[in-house]
This record gives sequence, C-alpha cells and structure tokens, in this order.
Amino acid sequence: MTSFSEIKIRADQQWEDLNSGKVPWIRIGTAMCGLASGAREVVDAFRSEISSRGIDAIVDEVGCLGICSAEPLVDIINNGPPRVFFNNVSVEDVPRLVSGYLENNSSPGADALAYSGGDSIEGLPELGTLRSIQLQERIALRNAGHIAPGDILQYVGNGGYSGLNKALFNMDPEEVIKEITESGLRGRGGAAFPTGVKWGFLVRSPGPPKYILCNCEEGDPGAYNDKGILESDPHTLLEGLIIAGYATGATKGFVFIRHGHEGPIERTEEAIRQAYEIGLLGDQILGSKFSFDIEVSLTGDSYVAGEETALMESIEGKRSMPRSRPPFPAMSGLWGKPTNINNVKTLSYAPEIVSKGSQWFSEIGVNRSKGTAILCLSGNITYPGLYEVPMGITIRQIIDEIGGGVPNGKELKLLQTGGPLGGVLPADSMEINLDFEEMAEAGAILGSGGIIVADEDTCAVDFTRGLVAFCQYESCGKCFPCRLGMTHLLEFIERICRFEGRPDDLELMESVGKTMQAGSLCGHGQLGFNPIRSALQSFPEEFKAHLEDGLCPAGVCPSVINVPKNTRPFADDYNVKQVPIQVDIT
Amino acid sequence: MTVPSGEIHSVIQDALSTQKHPTVTVLSSLLAIQDRIGYLPDEAIEETASFMRTSVNDVWGVASFYKNFRFELPATHIVEVCWGPTCSLLGATKVIQKIQSLLGISGEGDTPDRRATLRYNTCLGACAQAPVVSIDHDLKGRVDSERVAAEIHDIFNDKV
Repeated sequence: MTSFSEIKIRADQQWEDLNSGKVPWIRIGTAMCGLASGAREVVDAFRSEISSRGIDAIVDEVGCLGICSAEPLVDIINNGPPRVFFNNVSVEDVPRLVSGYLENNSSPGADALAYSGGDSIEGLPELGTLRSIQLQERIALRNAGHIAPGDILQYVGNGGYSGLNKALFNMDPEEVIKEITESGLRGRGGAAFPTGVKWGFLVRSPGPPKYILCNCEEGDPGAYNDKGILESDPHTLLEGLIIAGYATGATKGFVFIRHGHEGPIERTEEAIRQAYEIGLLGDQILGSKFSFDIEVSLTGDSYVAGEETALMESIEGKRSMPRSRPPFPAMSGLWGKPTNINNVKTLSYAPEIVSKGSQWFSEIGVNRSKGTAILCLSGNITYPGLYEVPMGITIRQIIDEIGGGVPNGKELKLLQTGGPLGGVLPADSMEINLDFEEMAEAGAILGSGGIIVADEDTCAVDFTRGLVAFCQYESCGKCFPCRLGMTHLLEFIERICRFEGRPDDLELMESVGKTMQAGSLCGHGQLGFNPIRSALQSFPEEFKAHLEDGLCPAGVCPSVINVPKNTRPFADDYNVKQVPIQVDIT
Repeated sequence: MTVPSGEIHSVIQDALSTQKHPTVTVLSSLLAIQDRIGYLPDEAIEETASFMRTSVNDVWGVASFYKNFRFELPATHIVEVCWGPTCSLLGATKVIQKIQSLLGISGEGDTPDRRATLRYNTCLGACAQAPVVSIDHDLKGRVDSERVAAEIHDIFNDKV
C-alpha cells in the first residue's frame, strides 16, 4: 500500500516537470464541444506532425476550458512559461503551429487567443483578463481544460484527493457532514436541498449496504455541465463521491450516465480504474478503515431516468418510472436499501469544501445561495460555453459580459433557464440575480444550469411549443395526468401556432396544468405546465396575437412542425402488441 | 455488424456473459447485446429473459421503453440530429428537412435500402456548437444544410 504522501510527491514532481515545458506540452480540448468542432482531427494532426518531424513533445487530451466558441482550443507550453492558447485551430493550422511556434519559437501572432503565466506577450491578453474568464470563479471546474482527465497524477498534482486524505485521517464522518452543512452547499440538480442535511438522513438509516448515487443522466437540452465535469475532471467527482460515502457510511456509489455519451462514460470508467489501482477505491482506502466501491451504471434514452426514484429503477434494470414516496430513498432506495442521490455538480464541490473549509465556500455567493453556479450558455449568444460563476451575479453580467451578448446586432427576446421544465423569462429579467430564491420568484429555476438565449427573431409561442413537445415526448407514461396532459398541452399549443386556437384554450391549458401538478408522481408531470405558464406570464400579448388576430409578431408561425411525437409506451412502432393511446379532444 | 443467423446465439451469449460493469441487469444485458450486434432480435429478448431468470414479458417491457433500442437489423450508417431548443433556434429544422430530403424519408427511420438510419435526439451534449448532428457517432457542430449535404454525400459514396 502506497501512502498518500508518496503518491503526492510523485504527482507534484510530474506536474512541475510538465509545466516547466522542458519537453513541450500540448493540451487539446476534446470534450464534446471540442469534438463537435473537429478536435479529434486536430489531435491526430498534432500527433502525426510532431512524430514526422521527430519532435519530442507531450500531447494531452484535456476537457473543456469553458470558452466553447474557441474550440478546437489548443494550448502549448514551449520551453517554459508562458502557456499560449490558440483558438479555433483547424487541421490546416497544425503544420504552421508546429514548425513556427514549436520548432522555431516564433511569436504566436494572430493565431493566439491569450497567454497565461510567465512573461507577458505583446499584443496578447492574459487569459484571466478575458471577460469570459474574469467574472468566473471556478471550483468544480477548477481543473477543466488544465489537466488530462486520463491521468490521476495530474489531478493529485493539483491538490486532488487531498480533501479525501484530510477527511479520512483528520475528520470524523460527523465533522465532514458538519463542514458540508455549514458551507451552505445546496443540491445543484434542481431542487436546491441542503446537501449536508440530505447526507444526514442517510447516516441515520440502517446499513450496510447503503448506496450513494451520482446523477449524470442530464437529459436537459441546453445543459451539458455534468457531462462537462466528467469529461474534463472525473476525479473531482469520484473524490466527492468517496467523501460522501465516508461521511454517510455508505458502501457503494454508482455514477449514472446515459448510454451513448462515450466521452464522459469512458473517462469516468478510466478514472475509476486508476483510483482502484492506486488504492483510492476498494478495501481500506489509503490504509484507513474505510472501504468503498464505485461503478458506472448506464441507462437507455429516457429523460425521466434523471428523476431520483426512476433512476433507481433504471439501475435495477427496469423501466425508469418514478416510485411513490414515502418511503423516501434514505430509508428504502436502490434494491430497497438506504440510498442518497446527488447531482454531479453537488458532489464535485465536496473535495474543495473539505480541503479549504466551509467558511471559505460560504463566503462565495449571496443570501442562502452559496458557492457558484455552473452554467451552460447556448442559443443566440456570441460566446456560448460552460461557465462557473459566483452566485449572486446578475443575468445581465452572464449574458452581456461573459456571453458577449446577442450576436448580429439583434435584440434579446427571451431566456429559458433550468431545462425544459424550467421557465421562459422575458428580456427585462436581466437584473435578476443568480440566486435560487430570486430565480424562483421570477418564475424560473436555476435547475440544471442551462441558459438558452433567444433573439428577436424567435416567436415565444413557437419556442414554447418546442419545450412542450420535448416534455410530451419524454413523459414516461406512468401517471396518466402527465401522459395525457402533456399530449393535450401539445395539441393546444400546436393549434395556437397554426392560428387555430380557440377562445377558451388558455383556460383549458391552465386546468390541464393544474391536474398534472396534482396528479403526477414526479417533477416531470408536476412541472410540465411550467413552460407554458411562464411563457404566458412573460409574453401574454404574443399569445393573444396568435389566438385572436391570427398573427405571429415574430413572423415565424405557422411554423414547420418537425418534432417527433411519442408518449411512452411507444412500442406500437414495432412488433410488440401494445395498444396505442389515442387522444382526440377536438 | 451483421451477424450470420447461425452465430447469433453464441454472439448474444458472449455479450451477456462479458458485460463490463459488475451490476448485471435486464437493461445492462440489452444494452450489451445492442452494442454488439446493433439491434435486439427476438433471440436477444428470449436469451436475456433466461439469462436474468425473468419473463420475456418483463424484458420486452424494458426493451420497448427506452428509445435507443431497435428491433430490426441496423442500417449501415446512423445519422442523429438534435431537435432540442438550442439547436432549433440555430436552424436544426432546416438541417432535418435537408437530411430527410437527401435520404428520401420523412420522419425518423431507415432508408428503404437500409443504407442509413435517421434518428432524432433530444440533446447530443454539445449545445455550444449547435446545431449538432452525429454521423456514425461522430459529432459535427455548427452544421448547416450545405455541410450536412456534403457529409451525407460522403456516406452514400462510402467515404465515411
């Protein structure tokens, strides 16, 4: 058994060597945002270029630095600092970068975005002074884009697993829970429940076995921050999960990911393998009395699988449909055993809170919203990306300063936050602070952290139709108010988009929404009316124009309706004998 | 990926018995088989039922629930398009229409010659690069009708 201090010495040495740049160190972002812009080809090009020129250099695949609009993003440390970032690198740029910047030490010139560390480079900004970076406070994403997720030593060399080491040898489980409670950390999956309190429930439940589930289902369109953490820095999640296990007396953890997202899955699996190898998982972790296992569990395509009880059904291998509560998971969860479910982001804060103390964390943020928010900014925005900002900053700062505002000289029309079940906010909500309570009061939720920005060319009714279509498509079908209600709501809003809405449609939608809220087991049905409710509140005139005047002020409707319609069970498409449910309320 | 019918039994048995995660369930078994052969033939359902000691009915219940399972031989290529709100805002509808017209299909599904399958996806996880498509599990961001047409053209000429 190697002790943690031995691992740490080795890791620190490696990190120092890498940063010295004696051997040039090339880091290329290959998270999904990078891959979608061609990073795989850029990695291959670098590897073949340096090998054909016989250059000795290290090429590491890293995660997402957050400025997704700059992908493929390559950074190079050549002969010591500074580290220079090259944005939007294409395969054609690679020979020039290798022969110019790497071989001949030529000035990075116009290809570069910024530098960091070491002497300043004329004409180039320091990375931290970029507006998108300046306003950020990266805790869970502190290593994203900086370390290779496939190398556990790079994580340890950046302070990784020190929090776990401290918890295991200097703190009782109760002290860990006290620290998390006092930090004010609240769940980042959407419900914002105090994490320390939630962990406390599991402590009091009988065991073993007891389970901790990490939810990375993340089916929300417009959010990829959980997957972003797993792709960029899976060890930060594993460390948080092990700390949670130690604090609550759990015996096993599951990381729950949707099948098909290969990047996050493979990087998490590799991280788990390395953690076992080095003695950070398994029996008697780091020589302590605590033993803990972690396994990846894959689910099929189902949005509701991200709901906590449906998630347990899915791990058990069944249809991911929610269960009735009580009993609550802390008493009877996975396989009927005491279980705790946390979101990826929530767990990823734990290592730093344990390392630096609750006081440090609780000083970031405002009111009852402590720490940071991890946001995915997308849509009609100049710099879409994955950003981590302190709680309490305004939506305006996020959209205009970090995101660079709405492009092409257009005006902002609406914002959609917290996933499809969240809310649609009008443009005048820019002064709202990023705060769980303040967001809720404005009729939106922070939820999963997705913020979709839409410009003036967007029709609020048509946009809402897309959200309703998603919710209808993803209803699991267990509770009929949700299954039928979502279908009704979609029919209503589609006919409003065709200017065929009827005078009492708004009232009927409201009534369906109330029934869904009262009669559904999980948030999908309970919140399924949210998109329409918030859009109606924000854009009453636009609904009125569609309904009464047969007009679409944005000139979008009647739009092409090009979304799949499918309420589960959908098996009637195939040779399974199921009777499809026909709903016709006209 | 097509497996000769004589070998299907042994391939399925192998997929069932060599799953990569320790917790083996009906769902993990079905995912393992589909990963191996690209679809779930009737034998997959039956053998999963006997492997997991449960009923064929229960296995069908799981297989028919998750949208990613398919029950017919896979097409040669798979094109996935995202229709989530971000991609829709940035032009996914036009991209979808272009793909459909090129493949000669409406909605989701296989081309008649099973050269390609079109699947809708609610989020491919790269919203910052919207609109996103995935061609044979290779993500392509910021696509428009022209770029998609070129990619599809490559598929039909077997360059991909």
